[in-house]
Amino acid sequence: MSTAAAAPNDDLLDSGYLSALRQQMVKFAQMHLSDVHLAEDAVQEALAGALVGAQRFAGRAALKTWVFAILKHKVADVLRHKQRMVDASSLCKENEEDATNDLFDRRGHWLSDSRPTAWDNPQACLEQQQFWLIFEACLDGVPAQLSRVFMMREFMGFETDEICETVGITSANLFVMLHRARLRLQECLGQRWFEAGDAPKKKGRR
Amino acid sequence: MNCDRATRLMSKSQDRPLNNGERTALEVHTWMCVGCRNFRKQVGFLRQAMQAFAQRQDDDEGPG
Repeated sequence: MSTAAAAPNDDLLDSGYLSALRQQMVKFAQMHLSDVHLAEDAVQEALAGALVGAQRFAGRAALKTWVFAILKHKVADVLRHKQRMVDASSLCKENEEDATNDLFDRRGHWLSDSRPTAWDNPQACLEQQQFWLIFEACLDGVPAQLSRVFMMREFMGFETDEICETVGITSANLFVMLHRARLRLQECLGQRWFEAGDAPKKKGRR
Repeated sequence: MNCDRATRLMSKSQDRPLNNGERTALEVHTWMCVGCRNFRKQVGFLRQAMQAFAQRQDDDEGPG
């Protein structure tokens, strides 16, 4: 249909565009690697890889998608390498036992303090800047090992078998870790936003 | 089924389809348990919020 305003090669040579793209990539990589140096390295390698085949992509949107696809693989490589240095299964056991004890009683039913109450009008929160500050704070509060697999699943869009292969854990362990992350996030958002009185109310309800 | 097991299944259903037995047991439990009914809605909202969060990262930090 339409042609791109600038050739892809020109895009990667446009210092303004490249600088903005690079900044976005570093933020993305740092979120997953929790290490600015590793993030910078991954971005550098991804951009170097992008230069090799850039002429195949017409337009900035396609180029950006492709560069980020390369970056995801670089980040996954780094995560895989980091994971070799720790015993993944012991991490899972550690995470398995720390979260449920304070939510459920001995029979596995909700403790009265932790039983989820209804969240009023959650959709409206997505439009509120303040909600996102709380949301990011809650994400930051998820333990690193849980956060890593949760972000791979929900932010980077990896399939579960890809995550298992990358991180070196079984699917059973992954489901436990994802569940722990969701429990943490649900509990944090409930306490810090929905039960703190900041959430918007539906009309006609209290 | 208790609430601990029910919440695990709700979370797992975000990542793979539940089998018939799991789905039926979960339906029965959530029909009786208001806490788990709330949790199920909240887990669904978390996924929606994560998608919006990812979109915001694109919009806020993207070139231009």
